[in-house]
Amino acid sequence: MLSIENITHSIDAWLNSMFHPTVVLLVESLIVGICAISLFAVLGLVLVLMERKVSAYMQIRLGPNRVGPGGTLQTVADTLKLAMKEGLTPDGADKFLFNLAPFVVIIVAMLILAPVAFAKGTQIWDLNIGVLYISAVSSLSVIGILMAGWASNNKYSLLGAMRSGAQIVSYELSAGISVISIVVLTGSLRIQDIIASQQDGWWLFKGHIPALLSFVIFIIAVTAETNRAPFDLAEAESELTAGFHTEYSGMKFALFFLAEYVNIFIVCAIAATLYLGGWMPLHIGHWTGFNQVMDYIPSSLWFMGKTFFLIFVIMWFRWTFPRLRIDQLLNLEWKYLLPISMVNLLLMTLIAIEGWHF
Amino acid sequence: MNKEELKVRLEALLLPPTFEEGAEWTTAVVDPAGWEGFARHLRSDAGLEFDFLFCVTAVDWRTHFTMVYHLTSTLHRHTMVVKVKLDHDHPSLPTVSDIWRTAEFHEREAFDLFGVVFTGHPDLRRLFMTDEWNGWPLRKDYEDPVNMIKL
Amino acid sequence: MIQEVGTTEQGELVINLGPQHPSTHGVLHLVITLSGETIKKVEPHLGYIHRSIEKMCESLSYRQFIYVTSRMDYLSSHINNHGCALCVEKGMQIEVPPRAKVIRVLMDELTRLASHQLWWGAMAMDVGALTPFFHAFREREAINDIMEETCGARLTMNYMVPGGVMADLHPDFQKKVKEFIRFFRTKIDEYDELVTGNVIFKSRMEGIGYLSAESAVSYGCTGPTARGSGVSCDIRKLYPYEVYGQLQFEEVTATGGDCFARYMVRMQEMRQSLSIIEQLIDNIPEGEFQAKTKAVLKLPKGEFYSRVETARGEFGVYIISEGGTTPYRIKFRSPGFSNLSALDHMARGYKIGDLVAIMGTLDLVIPDIDR
Repeated sequence: MLSIENITHSIDAWLNSMFHPTVVLLVESLIVGICAISLFAVLGLVLVLMERKVSAYMQIRLGPNRVGPGGTLQTVADTLKLAMKEGLTPDGADKFLFNLAPFVVIIVAMLILAPVAFAKGTQIWDLNIGVLYISAVSSLSVIGILMAGWASNNKYSLLGAMRSGAQIVSYELSAGISVISIVVLTGSLRIQDIIASQQDGWWLFKGHIPALLSFVIFIIAVTAETNRAPFDLAEAESELTAGFHTEYSGMKFALFFLAEYVNIFIVCAIAATLYLGGWMPLHIGHWTGFNQVMDYIPSSLWFMGKTFFLIFVIMWFRWTFPRLRIDQLLNLEWKYLLPISMVNLLLMTLIAIEGWHF
Repeated sequence: MNKEELKVRLEALLLPPTFEEGAEWTTAVVDPAGWEGFARHLRSDAGLEFDFLFCVTAVDWRTHFTMVYHLTSTLHRHTMVVKVKLDHDHPSLPTVSDIWRTAEFHEREAFDLFGVVFTGHPDLRRLFMTDEWNGWPLRKDYEDPVNMIKL
Repeated sequence: MIQEVGTTEQGELVINLGPQHPSTHGVLHLVITLSGETIKKVEPHLGYIHRSIEKMCESLSYRQFIYVTSRMDYLSSHINNHGCALCVEKGMQIEVPPRAKVIRVLMDELTRLASHQLWWGAMAMDVGALTPFFHAFREREAINDIMEETCGARLTMNYMVPGGVMADLHPDFQKKVKEFIRFFRTKIDEYDELVTGNVIFKSRMEGIGYLSAESAVSYGCTGPTARGSGVSCDIRKLYPYEVYGQLQFEEVTATGGDCFARYMVRMQEMRQSLSIIEQLIDNIPEGEFQAKTKAVLKLPKGEFYSRVETARGEFGVYIISEGGTTPYRIKFRSPGFSNLSALDHMARGYKIGDLVAIMGTLDLVIPDIDR
């Protein structure tokens, strides 16, 4: 059966038969790097197009429909336009930090990609603290945003960055606790273990109401963490024009834009991995026949399907809800989500200890 | 109160105004000096209570200026017009922005376009024109060779 | 005009909101003083599109000047024209034929609906919901099409002449309007479902931008802004013009005084406008659509004031005539100008996000303020 796992293994075997192991490692790192960057580019193009089409559908419009068949090349054209634009640096800006910020943001987004399992046996780095690594690295992106806001020498940017800082730091807590509740169930931080534990059903269904609750909280928290509406206060178009990236143009703006979409992809991929079994097909307990039918659908399709469904949900949020105010946003986190998720974690621990889950 | 009743009521004031005839509403004419006191009476005297200043404007009559205040009472639903006659060379009168808050903006507008000075106004600056603008655009003798529209 | 902007001595942040800013809906320039995110002071700087329409009108004839006023409050241009036409008619003592009166009121109400629809979309956009804007424009398009057929224009209709309207109604007018009413009755409920009941929207609106009834009167607020504070100020009810006196409709007021009250007033006003149109659409009298007037109009010496209710509040036209063919002085009392003056009072102590919401509920149209 042709699968990504087989392809990577055969490449690995062929390289090993030809070269010295050190060379093989170098070549493989290079290939992975190129793959990751191209994945980034493709994801950016696809997700931006998807966002525009989804919003168009919600807003009774057609969306992009001129460039390429059905407007599919619109984002390519947009990227070209951005690449050709002049990357302005404002006079009073801190030039070093200003130019560094988009790279910090994009590198953080790239780093989180490492432990994500795209299909069965397809993972850049299956480290044993995968989930912890994701939580740790994703909280770094706020540094890039604060850097951008501070270095722009623009008050809108500064306000946006401050909002973003407060927001990401607070919502990190809920997201973390939600992740931990799944870790409690599986007893492992390793992504492959978490996926393997969903062999007989996804945690969303197996973990009773606490799992459902932590899933909802996780989705809310990551929506806030990626600065998406209704939590897009860092950008808040109608209040702060464009928030922390007001002063950015050309490719530097494109990097922020790309990082936003890649972040959405990653958080949705993580949500899919933790709660919906990652690449694991839909299995129901011991229904062997049903499970085998489901296995015929390739694991990469399962993963992409789940991830894109969650991305669609997050886009759906954006195009239907008004934006919260900054104090309401923090109230929601500290007064509602955090206590609920703490109690939820307690319940989850009880379930895990007593073995009440399916 | 109808037009005539209002007139009678106003004549009973300490400093009664003169009246203009033939207009839609009761039209009182007062001096700049007596305007502030008169305005306070209009705003707070029982039975008058003109609390809604809906239009403030200046008129350049070439020989003099007139400030025109249109007042309504939301309580009694009567309307009147007050005119204050001003000197053409040094148009100046006390502000009423502390009596009717809306006057603050309207007086700034009149200052901007006519050059009428409101003494005691909290923030008398140009409103529409730039700060360095010369002249008072809505005056009849205003000539702007660049922007003037001749129709 | 633009002073040195930075931080004040107390460490407060001074920010220029505008002249180009997504939520000022035009070139309004606000200098806001912030302490953190809390607003200490809002200072409007006007005049970016000041065209001195009042001066322009002094050299235009009584037939011509009406059409300049379309460019003031472009969203209720028909109602502006109506106010001017009423003032000239008052001066000339022209009796308007009954058919023209009904047509004028119908057009007024359609304009008001279109304006409120646009406001609703823009308002939702201000608080961060982008989708309602497109829904609002779908319905507004239907009105614009009706306008286009009869008036020949979609936004600045210029349909009024002293003594009536410029042309008769399009033969399809009644059919189209009835279709529109049926269509919009369902859509306005959709508006409520999409935005009004939304938890986030409510929390953004309720208790924000409080304006007491006394302040509303003192600041000269009119229209939905004042009616949201419980001040009865609908010119259509208080000083009925044309056929408004014979119609069954309610003046919508709310007592909240906050953004949500102003929002609800406008939503209810749309329903009232629909009911006015429904009452009139089958009862357009036959006859002339325009009174016979002289080719050159000369207003007698004197002063004339007329007031109409636009979508934003009371619009007044004050003409001083010296007996010539052009007005000696014209003053337009625009609702937006007075409503804006209350902004500082309303926004103090709230957050930046609230300022945007308050501006949304004030429904500012900048050319109307600047003139």
